[in-house]
Amino acid sequence: MRVVLAEDGVLLREGLVGLLQRFGHDVVAAVPDATGVAAAVDDTDPDVLITDVRLPPTFTDEGLRAAVALRARRPTLPILVLSQYVEQTYAAELLDSDAGAGAGVGYLLKDRIGDVEEFVAALERVAAGHTVVDPYVVRQLLGRRKDPLLRLTPREREVLGLMAEGRSNAAIARAMVITEAAVAKHISGLLIKLDLPPDADDHRRVRAVLAYLRGRS
Amino acid sequence: MQALARKPTWFLRSAWPWRSLGYLVSGVLLGAVTGTAYLFLAIGGAALAIVLVGLLAFPAMVLLSMYVARFERWRLRLVDPDPAPDPHRPVPTGTWRERRQWIVARLREPVTWREFGYAMVSCLALWWVDLTIIGVALYMPGLLIGSSVVAAEEEPLLSVPLVVLGLVMLLIAAYPLTAWAGARAAMTRAILVPLDERLGEAVRSRARLVDAFEVERRRIERDLHDGAQQRLVALSLKLGLARLDLAPGSPAATQVAEAHELAKEALDELRELIRGVHPQVLTDRGLPAAVDDLAGRAPVPVHTDLVLPGRLPGPVELAAYFVVAEALTNVARHSGATRAAVRARMREARLVLEVSDDGRGGADPGAGSGLAGLADRVAAVDGALTLTSPAGGPTLIRAELPCG
Repeated sequence: MRVVLAEDGVLLREGLVGLLQRFGHDVVAAVPDATGVAAAVDDTDPDVLITDVRLPPTFTDEGLRAAVALRARRPTLPILVLSQYVEQTYAAELLDSDAGAGAGVGYLLKDRIGDVEEFVAALERVAAGHTVVDPYVVRQLLGRRKDPLLRLTPREREVLGLMAEGRSNAAIARAMVITEAAVAKHISGLLIKLDLPPDADDHRRVRAVLAYLRGRS
Repeated sequence: MQALARKPTWFLRSAWPWRSLGYLVSGVLLGAVTGTAYLFLAIGGAALAIVLVGLLAFPAMVLLSMYVARFERWRLRLVDPDPAPDPHRPVPTGTWRERRQWIVARLREPVTWREFGYAMVSCLALWWVDLTIIGVALYMPGLLIGSSVVAAEEEPLLSVPLVVLGLVMLLIAAYPLTAWAGARAAMTRAILVPLDERLGEAVRSRARLVDAFEVERRRIERDLHDGAQQRLVALSLKLGLARLDLAPGSPAATQVAEAHELAKEALDELRELIRGVHPQVLTDRGLPAAVDDLAGRAPVPVHTDLVLPGRLPGPVELAAYFVVAEALTNVARHSGATRAAVRARMREARLVLEVSDDGRGGADPGAGSGLAGLADRVAAVDGALTLTSPAGGPTLIRAELPCG
């Protein structure tokens, strides 16, 4: 994969470049601020963009704004946004910026980088067009929904959380130490309870769930 | 004044009678000089009023009294150790244009007119009183001692009691002298260093302090974010990579795995710490978004309903944010509530913020809950915090924060 990386911290930027290279990916451009992101993307036409939320020159949320602007201009570019904080506000803005082209999008805490294999797997899922949302954010979203989600069993809620992280049925089954058939049963059950028709496509299903959750916030 | 109440042996040996004398003598000199100056300005102004130039004498009299007042405040230190700050608002006086504006600003300030009134009373009456008191206090002893000199030639025996009597009267005279100096200083302070102006300065300096704290908190947050947090993430990344190279189950792998977990825990704690120092989402997105995020983290369902016209002043947003954060923490810790609600509206340039819950009530601001700290925080932006929490509930925390 060809990756463009926007991160202002030198240590972290170098670390990420090393990490991605080790897993066989190629960082074609690494920029230290938000102003260079669009140009770097246009120049290199990467498979995925990784950007920090907070970048110079203002150190607020320039990375996120750049990502949202890029998604409007290049709807097919998968973007993974890294954040120092768990802010559902940012996650919602990023997910809402989806122009409908179905490009992958991710919002992860920077802490996840440390779990190198999982991080690279998440990046690959984003590049493949999936949605990946940090478990913390998912927990927040689930924690504050009341009405329809109260109808779910704890098991179903757990499955929904893992789904929202962009995991496949097999991965959910491994994580929960249950069979895949049981996962499928939970999923169809929770989709019915949430008034969402079952769907063969994992990724669209996740989006439907997330959109549903967002719409209720 | 307090010196008068001390033992006579202490008082008479102290510097206070001398300081009082100095204060009154300088008062007489000041009164005589300014009285003359005002007289000339008034007469000259009236005489020249016919050619309009003379009318300038009258604002000049008012402005002159500012300098009289400044000198009065300065010489107050002779008998009054408390500071007497200048109550005027600072106005720049670099260019001619600014100087003209300065004159207008000064003439509009109520404190200027108070000073003018004081200067009038001072030059018409007070300095005469000063002179009289000094005269009476020194005249009798002076007369007695002086006559003793005369008496010494004719009746040497009589001169001794005259001198003694004169000295005793001099000692007694120190009392009315000091008393009048104290009274005059108190009057001067009451008029020229008005209490509300001093309070105004206290409020302004507190506001400056709050701003300074806020700047400092942002700096700390930025430093933690750019420094420690970045290094910890990089460390966690390196440890994660190292784990890949180690044979699973080997002693080294176990050690590195433990170190990796520790690094991740440190990151978690640091993140929460940074959020407590300064919430980034508040700066970026304003109060409603920040409150939504707080509500999302609360363990009970929180209904949020914030209708605001736009971004509020920074200190108000921050105070409101911490009110909600602390209130929701209390809801989670003490109330036993099953749900809570945050509501905010603007009412005539005031933010009215309410946090309510359906818990058991009985919240006590004194019982080490963060409520006392919250009241301080709200007071620092000139707001008010009220708490209603009857036993059995419900609890309502209401903050009103001026936004203008």
